[in-house]
Amino acid sequence: MAEITLSINNVNITVPQGTTVLEAAGQAGVFIPTFCHDPELTNFGACRMCVVEIEGLRSLSASCVTNATEGMVVHTDSPAVQEARKTILELLLANHPLDCLTCGRSGDCRLQDYAYLYGVKTGSFEGERHSYPLEDDNPFIVRDLNKCILCGKCVRACAEIQGNSILDFAYRGFDVKVAPAMDVSLKASDCVFCGNCVAMCPVGALQEKGLRSAAPTWEVRKVKTTCPYCGTGCSFELNVKGNKVVGVTSCDGDVNGRTLCVKGRFGYGFIHHPDRLTTPLIKKNGVFKEASWEEAIKLVAQKLGRIKAKHSSDALAVLSSARCTNEENYLLQKFTRAVLGTNNIDHCARL
Amino acid sequence: MGHLNKLRARFTRHYKDKFNRGRIVVGLGTCGFAAGGDQVLEAIRQETGIRNLDVDIDFTSCIGMCYKEPMVEISLPGMARVIYGDMTPDKVPALLESHIINKHLLKEWAVMQITEEGATLYENIVKMEDNPFFSKQLRTVTSRLGRTNPESISDYVATGGYLALDTALSMQRQDIIEEIKKSGLRGRGGGGFPTGMKWDFVSQAEGAKKYVVCNADEGDPGAFMDRSVLEGDPHAVLEGMAICGYAVGADEGYIYVRAEYPLAIKRLQTAIVRAEEYGLLGKNILGRGFNFKLMIKAGAGAFVCGEETALLTSIEGNRGMPRVRPPFPANRGLWGKPTNLNNVETYANVPFVINRGSDWYASMGTKKSKGSKVFCLTGKINNTGLIEVPMGISLREIIFSIGGGVQNGKKLKAVQIGGPSGGCICEEDLDLPVDYDSLSAAGAMMGSGGLVVLDETTCMVDIARFFLSFTQTESCGKCTPCREGTKRMLEILTRICSGAGKMEDLADLERLGRVMKNTALCGLGQTCANPILSTMRYFKEEYLAHIQDLFCPAGACRALLIYQIDTANCKGCGKCAKICPAGAIRGEKNTPHVIDLEKCIKCGACLTECSFEAIKNDAALSWNKRPNTRRSA
Amino acid sequence: MTNSIDEISGADFILAIGTNTTEAHPIISLKIKKAQRQGATLVVVDPRRTELAERADQHMQLKPGSDIALLNALAQVIIAEDLWDKDFVAGRTEDFAAFKEVVAQYPPELAEQITGLPADMIREVARGYARACKATILYTMGVTQHICGTHNVLAVANLAMLCGQIGKESSGVNPLRGQNNVQGACDMGALPGVFTGYQAVTAADQRAKFAGAWRVAELPGRPGLTVGEMFDKAGTGEVRGMYIMGENPVLSDPDSNHVVHALEKLDFLVVQDIFLTETAALGDVILPAASFAEKDGTFSNTERRVQRVRKAIDPVGSAWADWQIICTIATAMGYPMQYATASDIFDEMAALTPSYGGISYARLEQGGIQWPCPHTGHPGTAYLHKDNFSRGPGKFNPVVYVPPAELPDAGYPLLLSTGRRYFHYHTGTMTRRTGALEVHYGTEYLEINQADAAALGITDGDIAQVSSRRGLVKVEARISKVVPQGLVFTSFHFPEVAINKLTNPAQDMVSKIPELKVCAVKVEKAC
Repeated sequence: MAEITLSINNVNITVPQGTTVLEAAGQAGVFIPTFCHDPELTNFGACRMCVVEIEGLRSLSASCVTNATEGMVVHTDSPAVQEARKTILELLLANHPLDCLTCGRSGDCRLQDYAYLYGVKTGSFEGERHSYPLEDDNPFIVRDLNKCILCGKCVRACAEIQGNSILDFAYRGFDVKVAPAMDVSLKASDCVFCGNCVAMCPVGALQEKGLRSAAPTWEVRKVKTTCPYCGTGCSFELNVKGNKVVGVTSCDGDVNGRTLCVKGRFGYGFIHHPDRLTTPLIKKNGVFKEASWEEAIKLVAQKLGRIKAKHSSDALAVLSSARCTNEENYLLQKFTRAVLGTNNIDHCARL
Repeated sequence: MGHLNKLRARFTRHYKDKFNRGRIVVGLGTCGFAAGGDQVLEAIRQETGIRNLDVDIDFTSCIGMCYKEPMVEISLPGMARVIYGDMTPDKVPALLESHIINKHLLKEWAVMQITEEGATLYENIVKMEDNPFFSKQLRTVTSRLGRTNPESISDYVATGGYLALDTALSMQRQDIIEEIKKSGLRGRGGGGFPTGMKWDFVSQAEGAKKYVVCNADEGDPGAFMDRSVLEGDPHAVLEGMAICGYAVGADEGYIYVRAEYPLAIKRLQTAIVRAEEYGLLGKNILGRGFNFKLMIKAGAGAFVCGEETALLTSIEGNRGMPRVRPPFPANRGLWGKPTNLNNVETYANVPFVINRGSDWYASMGTKKSKGSKVFCLTGKINNTGLIEVPMGISLREIIFSIGGGVQNGKKLKAVQIGGPSGGCICEEDLDLPVDYDSLSAAGAMMGSGGLVVLDETTCMVDIARFFLSFTQTESCGKCTPCREGTKRMLEILTRICSGAGKMEDLADLERLGRVMKNTALCGLGQTCANPILSTMRYFKEEYLAHIQDLFCPAGACRALLIYQIDTANCKGCGKCAKICPAGAIRGEKNTPHVIDLEKCIKCGACLTECSFEAIKNDAALSWNKRPNTRRSA
Repeated sequence: MTNSIDEISGADFILAIGTNTTEAHPIISLKIKKAQRQGATLVVVDPRRTELAERADQHMQLKPGSDIALLNALAQVIIAEDLWDKDFVAGRTEDFAAFKEVVAQYPPELAEQITGLPADMIREVARGYARACKATILYTMGVTQHICGTHNVLAVANLAMLCGQIGKESSGVNPLRGQNNVQGACDMGALPGVFTGYQAVTAADQRAKFAGAWRVAELPGRPGLTVGEMFDKAGTGEVRGMYIMGENPVLSDPDSNHVVHALEKLDFLVVQDIFLTETAALGDVILPAASFAEKDGTFSNTERRVQRVRKAIDPVGSAWADWQIICTIATAMGYPMQYATASDIFDEMAALTPSYGGISYARLEQGGIQWPCPHTGHPGTAYLHKDNFSRGPGKFNPVVYVPPAELPDAGYPLLLSTGRRYFHYHTGTMTRRTGALEVHYGTEYLEINQADAAALGITDGDIAQVSSRRGLVKVEARISKVVPQGLVFTSFHFPEVAINKLTNPAQDMVSKIPELKVCAVKVEKAC
């Protein structure tokens, strides 16, 4: 592929033709802030945070949608760029509830990050702010449109990744908002609550209901693991506070990227459900009684050993599990074959 | 050549035959309807029935003198056609009695006469070409308006219609493009991009499937050029599009016209059906193997859909929001295919260029702006209407010669040109030639052709506020600066107009304007600060008056008016005190009354009620005589 | 799967048979949608008009259980119209002649009678599949859960080989597995006939290898019992004791009543699980296990990708990881089994399993690896059968259509099919305890066609009593266009709608898979 050379902040960089200025800057190690850009979504060019000054052009250019060309001279931090970014941040903050103290996305919010970066304290423009009611009528996603900066990532995630197009922009001017058809709630729409929009939201407009009310972002530890549901093998991060799983967030999975389904993203509650078995139980006279591990193991070993001795190895049968790990399946078949002495092992592969 | 020639012969005969009989033609553009033209037509039908008059009754579109509608044209065999204005149903019997029965011109109501070859002229009535409204016009794309029946393909063909298409189909595609290039025709939608160059891009673009799209989503306040052309000469647009389709290699086209233009849509539909019937559109046009299918897409009335990429997105069935350019539609347009997008007036010019040649076209206008341009005159001007003038004419000629000057003898303050994206030109600059470059240099723009005349009673801050409220409600909301910026600018302007402005507001307006110009995604956002920036440039003192003196020099901002009673004129009749809803006026009977400014809500009721011109609001008082009434707030 | 999940988006023709992908494998469905956006043709074969069927270019709404007639007819058209891949068939397969002879008996017109699909539609799909550059076949339980499940799969494989649509990127035969580690459980030898990596227990050298590694004198050489056989033999007293880890056969297996009776007859039942499931309730001892969040390990997904499970929290209460429990029991039975970490277990397994031989926890830190991965320098295998099949030449196994074991009759006039719902999983033990999924989707319903409902006097929301020769359940009826007339459908996620009390335990002769997709039922309005 043909290559071109451009200058970014007085440093030359060579990139393949078709590379955007934003990508070229990334390769050159130059940071450009973005709200609406995501490499997995179509280029939208809407938030205008990523504007840069390109010599010879009348106005600033959105670097996410501008292809680098040979000899292009780009300045990513000129006074005009600084003024534009600060003004855009001021405009966004002028219509944003500044409740970062209690916001579940505080610490994981691009608006907050950039406000800090550019030293924009509060909106210098006083005027109307939206006061939409909080949408909290489903158990998965909390939608606070007052925090929405209309970057449209959720709209594109739903259309281009989930393929459902539940969300789009509605109304005009200052009243523009993201909404399902007929401006109903997500619950009333055909939304499947995959939460892939939530994973894309750069601010607190879309939040995972359980996770964001459970802990501030800085108290959460993330552990990458594999989803326990279907056979797709999606990766995600368990969000842990103390010894408690408080939620699931996307990471970059080999299979799934950042996408998840409703079960993967919101189906973790069983881990700490009060119904969990927490101690061995032994049935005595038809009633389960709590027992110690020692007691229970001893009983199991005795009973299995006795049947094997009295009848035969083949009088024993073992069901392993498609839900357990490879290591556990390996050990159970080893146990079945080497210890019990039978090949009577199977699992629910056929269901 | 056979097919069209036969049609032409037949239709020309029909057309000429029309004038061999007495006929009455009513102007039925949207303005004609709005003024009651349909009722006049009905009255004419009844009256001719009752009197058993042997005349034909027909209709045409608006000739441009919207201020004279409803207009009625009457012609008798061998005599010049006479146009009457301001008709009403009850004037009809007298009109017909005089002109048709007594063959007597009714001078009192007559506006002008139109001469036809060999027709006898009436005395004492101005000829159209001598009427000041028309004398400085150069009518090309508007030449059929008010002359032919827009729903009649016969009228169109008889007046030279589809000849250009016939010619074009015998030309090499590239030769057509070169011809358009040579003519110097530039996009009439406002941008002024050279049309031939655009066609060339589309023609060169790779892809077997291409589209031709007509932007008829006219949305500027006070602009109705496209509507008038569509209502008055729809076939010219179709013909221009078909020529373009052939030249760039497209076989399908869309006309995107706002649904608020039902009459234009109806006439376009009729025109498409007729043209297809006669083999002038559709499959195998004129037997030359060229296929071109045209469809109409009715827009839902979003201003931003006039922006080309938003328009294409809307045709595709999505929410009309602009896309980032490049890629330009010429390379990736409708459904990702190369697409040629021009506006109504541009396409309507094409048949004329082909018929009369690029040299003829290029002979009109200025060095860089060729041909003629249609404008809509609105605002505080005497002759509201539609005009077509050669490029390069001065605004002064347009306003004072053609437009008849400012209403009620008021002083002209500025001309707003180019709609919400344009700017104001003040009195001193009226001699500027009207062309793309001069207007841009003056901080305005050609725009699509809306021309709003503002007089001394117009507040420039309020005008800026008006345009901002328009762009704010019409912003698609996609990009941050436009969505949020217009909102804050509007709020600032509203504050200034209500007397709550601060000096810092001016800096904020300038900064916002600059950032929007620099960063907004589409042309709408990039230019929507123009009305503010240009009024701040030319009328800074008005802004300062609002902010520092709480004074609106034009007397237009109601919140800043101060009502006072002129003790010299007040008779103490008490009518004002009685009508005042705020109880702000007190005084003894027969002694001058006083307005309590703290209570006054500035509704103006007292002013209207006073029989002695004793109540004045501040605008009528001179600036330095103002009492020191700066409110504590 | 012969291919990787991500390769689906690269296919230009997708034949999805008996897979409700958007609900059962939502993330895989995204790849299908992506392929469609890029211009791929999607054909969905399903008796129900699922969301995927709605999105398809062609929905082949066949009669349940008629897959072989369809698949053979597709092959018949492709051969008759000379669209088959002669080079592939000649170079990579055997027994084509026998196959050709059998499918010749399935002209589309005959298939139309059996499947209910128009012959022209069958022809059109056949041409599309054969002519595509990269056609891929996806299937799940809609293909396998039939008495002819194995034959269905063979018919699918025959079709793919006929057109050379296998062994290429984005083109192959791809069963989408239903459970997170069903692939791994099979790979690990949790099957009656094989050790890890499908090494047969009947092979003496394999037995010797494992006996040596496990330090036992000998290992049993006779294949063991399958799930269904275990319950049968428990019923007859031949099996006296069972150890069930993390399974809930009372709900998941067909003819639940039979399973319950069998388990009740056992002398001893130990169940190891995270919840007190319907099966655990029948146990003598219940051992509390750790959930996936509380232990280290690996899962192997449907595309053979081995990925890490990482311990995020300590086990709740005094639960133990399953592997620790197994080790302790083995040790208590006189076989010392001690591992410091899950990684140690994996290493032992990998050393014994050629296809996993090159995989280790250290490598998995860099991302998942798809087996076969025979040595540590091997990158893993994205798609199988590139140059040859495992057995050498691909064998055409001609199969013939057989109707389902139980078809509607006067007494049980409707056909019941079962499957999964998007918001729930398997027997619901997890998804119904999340505080979210069951809140949003709290009760199960029966999909019934408008015409059937009207004939039965059932309106939307009525409670229907559904019964088969084996049992009955009550469930809310919902009138739905998803099911055609004559078919009702519900899921097996809800214990209160224990639909497997009704399903038919008739099994496929080879794989022993039960025919959960077809049984005859009677639906009445419950009083």
